[in-house]
Amino acid sequence: MSAPSLTPSRAARSRNPQPRQGSPEAPGGTFARNLRRNLTAHAFLIGAVVCFALFSWYPMVREFLLAFQKTESGRTVWVGLDNFTTVFNDPAFWQAWGNTLWFTTLALVLGFAVPFVLAITINEFRHGKGYLRLLVYLPVMLPPVAGVLLFQYLYDPGYGLLNELLGLLRLPEQQWLQDADIAMFSLVVASTWMNMGGATLIYLAALQGIPGELYEAAELDGAGLLRRIWHVTIPQTRLILSLMFLMQIIATMQVFVEPFLLTGGAGPEGSTTTVVYLIYQYAFNFNNYGAAAALGLLLLVLLAGFSAAYAKLSRSEDA
Amino acid sequence: MRSARLRRTRRASAVTLVSAMTLTALAACGTSSSDDDGDGASQQSRQSGATDASVPLDPKTKVSITIDCMPPAAKAAELKEWKEDVAAFNKTYPNVTIEGRSTPGQCLEPPRFTAMLKAKSQPDVFYTYFTDLPQVLSEDGAEDISAYVSDRTVPALKDIDPNVLGSLKQDGKLYGLPTSNYTMGLLINRKLFKDAGLDPDAPPKTWEEVRAAAKKIAGLGEGVSGFGEYSAGNTGGWHFTAQLYSLGGDIVDTSGKKAAFNNDLGKQVAKNLRAMRWDDDSMGKTQLLKWGDLQKQIATDKLGMFLAAPDDITYMVQQLGASYENFGMGPIPGGRNTLAGGNNYMIKKGISPDKIKAGIAWLNFKNLTVGKGQFDWSRAKADNLPVGLPQPNFWLNGSKKTDDAGRAASATMPVANFRAFMANPVPGKSEPPKAQEIYKVLDNVMSGILTNKDADVDKLLSTAETQVNQVLANQ
Repeated sequence: MSAPSLTPSRAARSRNPQPRQGSPEAPGGTFARNLRRNLTAHAFLIGAVVCFALFSWYPMVREFLLAFQKTESGRTVWVGLDNFTTVFNDPAFWQAWGNTLWFTTLALVLGFAVPFVLAITINEFRHGKGYLRLLVYLPVMLPPVAGVLLFQYLYDPGYGLLNELLGLLRLPEQQWLQDADIAMFSLVVASTWMNMGGATLIYLAALQGIPGELYEAAELDGAGLLRRIWHVTIPQTRLILSLMFLMQIIATMQVFVEPFLLTGGAGPEGSTTTVVYLIYQYAFNFNNYGAAAALGLLLLVLLAGFSAAYAKLSRSEDA
Repeated sequence: MRSARLRRTRRASAVTLVSAMTLTALAACGTSSSDDDGDGASQQSRQSGATDASVPLDPKTKVSITIDCMPPAAKAAELKEWKEDVAAFNKTYPNVTIEGRSTPGQCLEPPRFTAMLKAKSQPDVFYTYFTDLPQVLSEDGAEDISAYVSDRTVPALKDIDPNVLGSLKQDGKLYGLPTSNYTMGLLINRKLFKDAGLDPDAPPKTWEEVRAAAKKIAGLGEGVSGFGEYSAGNTGGWHFTAQLYSLGGDIVDTSGKKAAFNNDLGKQVAKNLRAMRWDDDSMGKTQLLKWGDLQKQIATDKLGMFLAAPDDITYMVQQLGASYENFGMGPIPGGRNTLAGGNNYMIKKGISPDKIKAGIAWLNFKNLTVGKGQFDWSRAKADNLPVGLPQPNFWLNGSKKTDDAGRAASATMPVANFRAFMANPVPGKSEPPKAQEIYKVLDNVMSGILTNKDADVDKLLSTAETQVNQVLANQ
């Protein structure tokens, strides 16, 4: 995939010079001409744009404003940085950030590696790839709440399947969700199981795009499986790996469902309180929308950095 | 492709950030005018200013009001009664149109309620919990109805427990009328009590007795727990508060600025729970429970006791398929104070005086007249609805006697099972200021005790004290 095959050459561009604005060929300019030419497409876009404007962009603007406002006696007043002060003074603030970063780290170690290894393994199969893809993707189709309930049964300290298995092996029972030291790990396992299907399919698609000659050449050079993965697979999928890495960070830093449903939100001694759970608390338990928006804004700023990196990577992929 | 991906990313990283913002956006879209009630006659009367608040609604007045919490179709019997009550009410006030607003789930779901208040889209007569008053007033959502409520408009006013009415007042102004109240007690499973050789008619009265009974019940084995407690979703802190109240303690001092639970009484609560959980192993292994979890356990004969309000029994019978006969209640162990709360209706700020009068007339008929509306026990019995639960019980004097007699005559459950609770009323005490924030902090104390065998009670309480002081300082 070389650049010249995708990009029109200078000669080609000179053979098809762009019409100058205002010339008889382009009355009203390029924009107007494009608009006319793609009128149907633009008409279809209107619905999406309106939806995004109403339900994505407008709330973002409102959130920004809310972070500096407070509602008192039905009137909205500007309070400057008061909401941020409230958030910073919350005893749970740093714990929530620490827990969120811990979840993200564990999710990167476990949730990032498992789908990639699965994809490589499935890709090695000559037959039944479609069947395996379906099997891996099935958990994604399970509603998140159903998945969480399933893990609730697995993790139950009294009758859970995991402790039953440990009992059979004569190993000590574990308090999977009730031990502050391992609760977050248990959440990551549940989350990984529920979400790995999508990532695995993306990795599989990337793996199938790697030319077979590269592997053949590596084998001729005497490379074993691990060296082939290291020298062929990973470099060839580097970009998609980087993108998924960033997506994983963005997604896992917004973790909410798993701690909310599996450990009641805070978990043992607050060990599973995440930033988004704290936002939920402010908004729906304390009715403090200003503080919720302020904390949301802080998270937004952090994630915006990752989003920018993601966008840059996307551009380099498209180039 | 690139822009679409970028847009998706931005959306992904924004939409889930603040659940509040979408709600607020929707709330903004759904804003309705509270001033414009669209009722010409009412507008006229407001403009004229001729309406005397203390005079009951003139039956000839034509007015239309929206009322919260009309039973949904799924609650057929309650809906039938609602319609009957509207028809009966219209015999006195033929020109008043009652427009019921139905809610599928609970009448008041905090997120929806908050959005409604922010958007000023609450019905003219809207449902609230006692603890909602500060939030409603901060949103300027409720009308001061002091001048409208008198023994002319609410004849049984003098017989309403002043503690109940007091919870609807601020700065001497009345902002609502009650429909029910509750105080917490000790809910027991009678079958397990009998199986464990305990007397279900004499539930434990002290925490020492609770501990001993819990041990016996847990001794039945097969996964049965003696006593259950919450420790998640703010409900752990809520119950820590109830337990502390029961010993005469308090969560916040009289100034409202300092935590007051890190003392001997707080430690007594914590140590008793710790002993039951770890020394006696009588509280089961599964913890981090929240509202609904203990109800399921006791309804399936897996739990002997927990702190609850009487209306939990209705939930367990109607939603979980349990039977009334299997439950009993005693007063909260310790018996010094118990956590109290309840439900009521408020009138939307800004509606016309005639609408306010019509709302109060309806509330008086439906919720505050002995023998009628919600207190028509013979009708409730005929409709297979529960009769005989000890609460709501906000009546005093003659109204109480009449109501108790009507309730006993139509009881659909063995009321003797609740005699211990009824015969030993414990003074009710309302929730502390910044209740939910404090409960969140105290959840950690409860979860620490119930999930960590080696939890340092002193440290848990001390940390919570610091955090609650911080919460109170941020008021």
